[in-house]
Amino acid sequence: MQNSQSQGVSVRRISVASNPIIAFWQTVVGKKIVMAVTGLVLIGFVIGHVAGNLKIFIGPEAINAYSRFLREVGQPELEYEQVLWIVRSVLLACVALHVTAAVQLSKLSLGARPVDYKEKKNLATNMSAMTMRIGGLFLFGYIVFHVLHLTLGKVGYDPGEFHHLSVYQNVVNAFHHQPIAIFYIIAMGALFLHLDHGIWSMLQTLGFSNRKNQATLKGIGRLIAFLIFAGFISVPVAVMTGVIH
Amino acid sequence: MLETNIPSGPIEQKWENCRSHMMLVNPANRRKHKVIVVGSGLAGAAAAATLGQQGYPVHNFTFHDSPRRAHSIAAQGGINAAKNYRNDGDSIFRLFYDTVKGGDFRAREANVYRLAEISVNIIDQCVAQGVPFAREYGGLLDTRSFGGVQVQRTFYARGQTGQQLLLGAYQALEEQIAAGTVTMHTRCEMLDVVMVDGQARGIITRDLRTGAVQAHTADVVILATGGYGNVFYLSTNAMNSNTTAIWRAHKRGAFFGNPCFTQIHPTCIPRSSEHQSKLTLMSESLRNDGRVWVPKKKGETRKANQIPEDERDYFLERRYPSFGNLVPRDVASRAAKEVCDEGYGIGPNGTPGGLGVYLDFGAAIKRLGLEAIKERYGNLFEIYERITGEDAYKEPMRIYPAVHYTMGGLWVDYNLMTTIPGLFAGGEANFSDHGANRLGASALMQGLADGYFVLPATVPNYIASNKFKPVSETDAEFVQALEENKKWLQSLFDIKGERTPDSFHKQLGDIMWEYCGMARNAEGLTKAIKEIKDLKAEFWKNLKLIGKGEELNQSLEKANRIADFLELGILMCTDALERGESCGGHFRTESQTAEGEAMRNDEQFAYVSAWQWQGPDQPEKLFKDPLTFEHVHLTQRSYK
Amino acid sequence: MKFALKVWRQHDANAAGSFVDYEIDGITADMSFLEMIDALNEKLLLKGEDPITFEHDCREGICGSCGFLINGLAHGGQKATTVCQLAMRFFKDGDTIVLEPWRAAAFPIVRDLMVDRSAFDRIIQSGGYISVPTGGAPEASAILVGKDKADVAFDAAACIGCGACVAACPNTSAMLFTAAKMTHLNSLPQGQPQRDARTLGMITTMEQEGFGNCTNHGECEMVCPKEIPLEFIGKMNRDLIRAAMNGQTEANVRVDANGKMVD
Repeated sequence: MQNSQSQGVSVRRISVASNPIIAFWQTVVGKKIVMAVTGLVLIGFVIGHVAGNLKIFIGPEAINAYSRFLREVGQPELEYEQVLWIVRSVLLACVALHVTAAVQLSKLSLGARPVDYKEKKNLATNMSAMTMRIGGLFLFGYIVFHVLHLTLGKVGYDPGEFHHLSVYQNVVNAFHHQPIAIFYIIAMGALFLHLDHGIWSMLQTLGFSNRKNQATLKGIGRLIAFLIFAGFISVPVAVMTGVIH
Repeated sequence: MLETNIPSGPIEQKWENCRSHMMLVNPANRRKHKVIVVGSGLAGAAAAATLGQQGYPVHNFTFHDSPRRAHSIAAQGGINAAKNYRNDGDSIFRLFYDTVKGGDFRAREANVYRLAEISVNIIDQCVAQGVPFAREYGGLLDTRSFGGVQVQRTFYARGQTGQQLLLGAYQALEEQIAAGTVTMHTRCEMLDVVMVDGQARGIITRDLRTGAVQAHTADVVILATGGYGNVFYLSTNAMNSNTTAIWRAHKRGAFFGNPCFTQIHPTCIPRSSEHQSKLTLMSESLRNDGRVWVPKKKGETRKANQIPEDERDYFLERRYPSFGNLVPRDVASRAAKEVCDEGYGIGPNGTPGGLGVYLDFGAAIKRLGLEAIKERYGNLFEIYERITGEDAYKEPMRIYPAVHYTMGGLWVDYNLMTTIPGLFAGGEANFSDHGANRLGASALMQGLADGYFVLPATVPNYIASNKFKPVSETDAEFVQALEENKKWLQSLFDIKGERTPDSFHKQLGDIMWEYCGMARNAEGLTKAIKEIKDLKAEFWKNLKLIGKGEELNQSLEKANRIADFLELGILMCTDALERGESCGGHFRTESQTAEGEAMRNDEQFAYVSAWQWQGPDQPEKLFKDPLTFEHVHLTQRSYK
Repeated sequence: MKFALKVWRQHDANAAGSFVDYEIDGITADMSFLEMIDALNEKLLLKGEDPITFEHDCREGICGSCGFLINGLAHGGQKATTVCQLAMRFFKDGDTIVLEPWRAAAFPIVRDLMVDRSAFDRIIQSGGYISVPTGGAPEASAILVGKDKADVAFDAAACIGCGACVAACPNTSAMLFTAAKMTHLNSLPQGQPQRDARTLGMITTMEQEGFGNCTNHGECEMVCPKEIPLEFIGKMNRDLIRAAMNGQTEANVRVDANGKMVD
């Protein structure tokens, strides 16, 4: 923060960046929009993910076939796993942008009130909105674990339990480890909170929310977040209760 | 002695002629002439921005933390302009005529005509700046009729016209600040004008943050510091509005014009307790649809809604059938005072005998529907509910007159220059244009006319036609003025008495309201002068301050301003006493018609009173600036 | 009515501050909150103590001077109300009331409850205007503005610059203020030529002044005395996308003596 008169600081029309994309990214609002757009992509991914997960209830064949489909889609014109890696790259880029923007913006906000209030009440915000940063951090850690665990089988399994492309058995084996199942359920709780605020927040940031539809959009966001939560936890719960075995 | 500098020629051509023959300053030379503008309201911000655009180095001073907070911001109703968009017979001449007549023939014809001419350009300027005026569905500007006129010439932005116009001027000012042409001095209050060789060449200020008293040099000083209604303590003015800048200029030799002309606004929320710090205005646009009444029966105890139609006295409609609820402010205020003095007034919760009259929207809601009324006045109804806790959609509002505007101010010539060469005054700070009563929606018009168009033409003319010897803050005149002002501030601390600044202010206000308010007479005014003199003596013996001057000290700020209000109060009463006629807002009970209406005395009093300071505790000397009327026929105002 | 007050007292920006307890009696329900402090200040002055410094002026909710937190809520938390219009009837006899100034790096404390909000002026300087040198304006009726657009512009222009949005924001963001100013000018045909530069300039300056980022808590709109809605922030965001699409890279921003953009 600068006080103009005192430090020879003045207002001048200058080129703030060499191109408009950089100019956009340099601003707080630009980063916020990047978070919204990448958030939207990640929400889309999560919805696709949960829909795929639910195939486990149809049976081992269905989900294993789905897993093969994800790798073979586009063949023979495209290579094996080519689409998958394109999707993974996009997702990875989105996560990278989402996190980079979040870190930079959080730094700004956390420094904007060096002396905190002794007494402060809130009227509109809720736990979901208040836990975006810490929840986001937790989810990031969870995602790393999840990839190492269910995708690569590097952690969380007893030796010989994990077999590449045997999705059904890998899942059942994974959630037989009760602490891991509970950890997944907690992580999905965090995802619910993140999406509960995140979905509406994305719509608000992109200018879709207004005075009239705000309550409706918030409701829809919460419903979607809950359905995603319910869809994801149904699998570990089903394993733990023996519905899937 | 008083040279008005009114240009020759027919009235329609005076301003054009004047502008065409003004001396000009070469663009390259403009940056050598520093201009000080004190005040950042409509007149001040507009003048500072415009002179900055022209290339003068402008220094703008305000005691606020931001120029956007000046009290112009509180004007609600609208701004007049002779655009005739309604094709309802409006014209520049008609606006001119209405303003002179509305001012009860105590304004200068030439000035008012110029104001009416410029009104048209103001709307153009403000629309281009993005002022969000009300619009019709077709995209054209909407207008309405307003207080005391029969054409729809008032442009408005819901109930916030003042804020929106000020933001326009403020934004133009901020653009110039960014461009470096205007240097802004916030939280900086003017204490004095510095004279060098008979010219105003700078000011002394106090930095309200640090208490530092500083000198600033310039070639021209413009005062746009607003009105002095706070001499009454309770008024619709902002708490910090004060007379200090123009009063100190007055004490340095600037004549004070028509100090007693005060406007009492009819539609304010009545006073509720002795702790009240200010009165809140409800825009008089409310009178377009609201009907003013009191119960016909004295001591009526029923609630407003239970009083049947035939037991209500719509006293404005009864007394003034052709203008009804839309009579000018002074007429409406006095009528309300009279019915209350007779005992028909209503207190809080409908108690009889109070100081208040009903303003009723029942009929308008029936006729136009609740939604239409909400659209037009919603924010005013909200203000009313917030302050009183009553819902004016369900029961009538209660209103009572309150001090609102001071038509008087520093005497200026046609060029808006005071009797001190190089010292100009614009907006409410000068006396011009409104005569003895200001019409609704004309204050914004005058502030912006002065700021955007008049001063930016006349100030360069002054610069071009005068020589300026170089001055610096270290010159004897500046050093001496600086010392005098430091001493003055210290003398307030040295009193070490027992009474707070506010207690003196409240007492002064009571005296002024009692004897120099809506009705005045010789006996009361004589008494008031004595009482104020006594109060002033006590102030200088018994004022209590703490802390020191070299820091932020809000009690000192108040005391410094009240000291000036006390002296001004004496001058106002003196002027009111001297003007033995009734005119506009100045009602002398000795001068009224058989029906109790104000009666002018054109033979004796067709002049502007211009008072000259004669030194501390000396009676001021009156100069008469005669008013002649060639285009407006002098009549007894009648709104019957 | 009688109240116990806990008031933040701080001599200047660099001094340490603390809460000081006061008691005030004889308050009536129709008094405004600031009139209650006036009464306390009269008492303090008579006792020879320093009166509480607070900013105020019009006392009718339009100048935007006043504002501090009352019991943790900016302006006291009543709908569409500034402190100066807050009546004591909203408090219970015997209540303890906590008064704290706006807290933000961009709003340094001047004294007690008074803060420096000049950062807002500097945001305006970076584009919150339409450039119209006086005298150059076209005939007013030549510019048509549909009523819907004019209404949006007005709703946004109603902002009084009090700073409550920043004060209430958990992120100390000035987005609601900036968005309101921008929506006002960007909605109007007059504002179009400078629209993209205005958007980029004001947003950049907002960050330069040290305000935080918005995470859509919505606290700002709840305490805004002029009920500026959150949706204007969405409009501002879209305006930035528009500016980028139009290739905007130039803007008015704060630069140091060497012409380099300040952080």
